[in-house]
Order: sequence, then C-alpha cells, then structure tokens
Amino acid sequence: MLDSIIFYFFASVAILSAALMVTRRNAIHSAIFLITTLLATAGIFLQLRAEFIFIAQIILYVGGIMVLFVFVIMLVRLDVALHQIQFAKQKWVSLIVALVLFMQVTVMLWASRRLPGAGLPEAAPVDKLQPNSEALAHSLFGAYLLPFEIASVLLLVAMVGAVVMAKKRTEPK
Amino acid sequence: MSPALQGLLAFLQTWWVELVCGVVIVAVVPLIAGYVVLMERKLMADMQARLGPMRVGPHGLLQPIADAVKLLIKEDLIPEDADQFVFWLAPVVSMTAALTAMGAIYFGPSFHVARDINVGLLFVLGVSSLGLFGIVLGGWASNSHYSIIGAIRSTAQLVSYETAAGLALVSGVLLAGTLRIHAIVDAQKTDGVWYIFLAPIAFFIYVVASIAETNRAPFDLPEAESELVAGYMTEYSGFRWALYFLGEYANMIVVGSVATTLFLGGWLRPFPNVHWLNFLDLLPPLMVTAVGAYSISRAGKQPVRVQKQFMWGVGLACFAVALILAVPLLPGPLRILLPGLHGAFWFLLKVTGYIYLFMWLRFTLPRYRFDQLMHLGWYILIPLAIVNVFAVGIAMVLQSEYHWNRWIALVITTFVTLASALFLLHLHDKRVEAASTASPATTDSYAG
Repeated sequence: MLDSIIFYFFASVAILSAALMVTRRNAIHSAIFLITTLLATAGIFLQLRAEFIFIAQIILYVGGIMVLFVFVIMLVRLDVALHQIQFAKQKWVSLIVALVLFMQVTVMLWASRRLPGAGLPEAAPVDKLQPNSEALAHSLFGAYLLPFEIASVLLLVAMVGAVVMAKKRTEPK
Repeated sequence: MSPALQGLLAFLQTWWVELVCGVVIVAVVPLIAGYVVLMERKLMADMQARLGPMRVGPHGLLQPIADAVKLLIKEDLIPEDADQFVFWLAPVVSMTAALTAMGAIYFGPSFHVARDINVGLLFVLGVSSLGLFGIVLGGWASNSHYSIIGAIRSTAQLVSYETAAGLALVSGVLLAGTLRIHAIVDAQKTDGVWYIFLAPIAFFIYVVASIAETNRAPFDLPEAESELVAGYMTEYSGFRWALYFLGEYANMIVVGSVATTLFLGGWLRPFPNVHWLNFLDLLPPLMVTAVGAYSISRAGKQPVRVQKQFMWGVGLACFAVALILAVPLLPGPLRILLPGLHGAFWFLLKVTGYIYLFMWLRFTLPRYRFDQLMHLGWYILIPLAIVNVFAVGIAMVLQSEYHWNRWIALVITTFVTLASALFLLHLHDKRVEAASTASPATTDSYAG
C-alpha cells in the first residue's frame, strides 16, 4: 500500500516534469525540470533497494552532468535564444516514430502478460542484492573486470582528448 | 479501522524514533546555525581585540534571536527583471539539500534519522552537493552581473574541489572498508585509532576542500565582498537571504560531521578501548559544569538585573545538562544510556572543534585570487589526493598480503606522499616563475 503510493508519487513526478522539461521555452526551466525527473527516477531506484544506483544517479547525473548543463546554459544569452527556432519542424516523422515506439512498448507489455515464456523476468529477491554496494563491487571487480577496465580506459581516453582539444595552442619556438 | 489508517499506525510504530529525530534536527539546526554565527562574530572580535556583539543579552547571547526576528520582518524584495519562479526556488533548494544530507548522519549511536543506509557516506556527499543548484540558480535568476559572476565562480570552485574531497574520503573509506556510517565508526573502535592518525594527508586535503566547498574564507570568492558586493546573494533580502545563510551554516555542520565520522572517530571518546582511561567518561559532565560555573561567576558583573538573571539561567541550564550527562555514570540500569548521551556529546564537541578550525583559518588567512584557487585545486590537491589513495591502498596490501606492521607501512607511504607533495609544490613554483618571466602583464586576476 505505502509502497505503491510512493512509487506512483515518484513516477508521476518523473513523467510530469519530463513533459514540462520538453515544453518549457526557457532553457534554465527545462534544466530544472530535467533535474526533478532525474531525482524522481533516483527515488524509484531507492525504492527498489538499489542504493548504489540511486546515489550514483544523484552524484553523477544531478550533481555532475546537470551542473555543467546549467553552467553552460547560464553563459548563453537566453533572450536571443528565445527568438530563434527551438524545435525541429519535422512533425510527420516525429509522429510516426513516437507511434511506433508507443506500439512497441504496449505490445511488449501485453505480450508479457499473455504469452507463456515471454514474460518479464522474475524480480530478483531483495536480499540477493544486499548489501548493495558490496554486491555491485564484487560483480564489477570480479566477474566483469575486463569490460569494466575497458570502459574506464575508454573514458580516460575521452577525457585526455578533451583536455588536449581545450588546451591553448602554443607556437613552436 | 480502515487499512490505510492501520498501515499509517504500523508505520509510525516502527519509525517514530527516526521521525522525532528528524523533526528535532530540522527544528534545532536553524537555532544552532544562529549561534554558530554568534560564535563566529565573538571569535572574530576576540582575534581582533574587540568585544563583538554585547548589547542584546549578556555578552550578546540573544543576538541570534534578534537577528532572526529582524530578518523575518524585513521587506522581501524580488527584482523586477528577476525570474520569479527560479528566484523563489533557489534558496529553498540550498537549504533543503543541506538538511536532507543531515538525514543520513549519525549524531551519536542512537541519534539519527536514516537507519544505516548502505551508501551512507556517499549519500551525505551527493545530496549536500545538490546545494550548489541553489547558488547557481539564485545567481542566474537575480539577473545581475555580480550575482552571475558569483554563481559561476561558485560552480567552478565546487566542481574542482569536490573531486579532491571525494578522493580524500576514498582513503578513509579504504581504511574503514565500508560506506555505512555506523560501521565506519565501529571500524575505528575495533582498530583502536582514529583514521586521522592513519591518513593525515587525506584529512588535510579534506579540510582544505571542505572549506572551499562551503564557500568560506580564504576561499570565499563566490561572495567576495570587495569584488562582488555579496556574490550570488546580492539581490536577496530578508527571509530568502536568511535561508541561504542557514543553508551555508548547515553545510558547515554537514562537512564537519563527515570529517568527524570518518577521521575523528565519530561519537567515540578518546581511547575508547583503554579501560584504565575509563575516567575520561567523567569529562562530559565536568566540562558542562565548568561552563555553567563560569557563566554564574560572570553573572555578578552584568550591568542590568535581567542580564544577571539570564546568566544565572544559562548556568543552571548547564548544570541540568551536566546532571543528565552524569546519570548514566552511576552504577545501575541507567548505564545503558551512556553510549547514546555521551556519544552525542563527543560528536557535537568534535564538530564544534572542526567549525572552530574553519573560523580560525578564516580570520588568519587572506583571500585567495581565483587563478590561485584553481591552481591549488587542480595542480596540487587533486594529484596529491590521487597519490594518497594509491599510498593508502599499497600500505593496506603490504599489511594484508605481506604481513607488514600496519604502522610501518602507513608511515612509509605517508612520507612518500609528502615527498610527492613537495615535488608538486616545486613544479608549481617553477610554473609561476616561468609565467612571471614570460608574460608579466597578461595574467587576468579576475578571470572567471
């Protein structure tokens, strides 16, 4: 009972602010609603008892990426941006894509209830993922060590690349 | 009875202690923040050979309340060109983040809101960093140049120093082997040592980074009054301004609590495992009694009768607190209260000490220039923190795999880290020298 109230609260906040995010004309307002969406999603993670993912979402997306977004938007002259065309005008293409996506999700949900063997996977038992950060660390640094390292090397390369590109070019003497 | 009401009752039955603690924290933190401000003004006055606030109450003891009333009845201005919605939202975000972060902190083994979150330390770190949005959005919404420059500086500063602070905390977490706040303190109890002695460099980095994170002098560039009027708060007045202030001081309490939990042994008294030092348990009631006796001894010197009575009241209140702290020391069933009561006392004492350190530094050191701040963060603190994480990790491997003595391993790696710090400083000096000989007039001191 309480669980579903909390879930529907977070879910409705996430959906509502996602809709507001898309429809606001002011970029800072959009960013604020995107932050709300991310926080509500984090709340759903917490309710699923995935504490580490919850806090990773907050630290990385809300505290890291969104701060940089807002930082960049702040430096843009919004009054100029408001007079420019903000949305792509390809109405028909976007309508068709949205419909196809919607159908896909509906069919999947329908199929998962009706067809035997095609259902949603069983929810993992709660205590199997506890203690959460330890369980995650064991699988990241144990079973999936190589993919994890490859991903981090990729990120490192991207970071070094960004630094090199941002560096001032000095003429050779 | 309807099932919804029953569910609510069951919920209350399981969680009432936490709910009460949460309400207490939210209600008391503004008061504490007010008195931290008074403490700051008094200390500043003392270090500058002045008296500080003396008029409202004896020795200015009622000044915070007068200030709060003044702020509440002040006119609430919103600039015409400001973004109304964001202007309204920003101070609220700032304070909510700080107070929410307090939810995961253990102010004593039995005084806390959240029950042992699996990622407790990360929760405090992540949620308190959301307060940045209050600063950024407030600065942007004010639609003023000073505000926006303050907000931009604040963002740059926080993003840079949060990295260093996080890496410093990693060293402590490596030693504790857990992210749970309760377990971190327990680990220090079983190890019999505060982690400040095992990882002094990490503690130092955290102190510096947390000063920068709370926007305090010598790193208070986002609100540098000689350059930016009041930075991101320039356009705020009255209650909204008070919310910002409250958020800032609540944030100080949060960083102080994190440092206390991870490096200063949390709610443990000094030497918690040494039994012949058990007389240290007498310290909390004795200290509070001393404070009470001092205020009563000062009561005679007050000029007005109301102030005399007030001083007596303060003294008697201290005696009452001392009595409460002394009760669990008596033999008997009340002894189970000992860790709870004394734990909260030691924790708050350590946090106060940490905040005192902040103030001391504020009155001692001149303000940094923005490029110096960025250099310190990126060229010295972050590399040093990374080296320190490696050093602590290597020391732990030496201890567990090669059975070295823990202290020898840690001392050697600490010295290696110190050597690399000297090397970094040397590089920094050379860079400054090169910059000053190459282009003397092109440094933009006010950039950013």
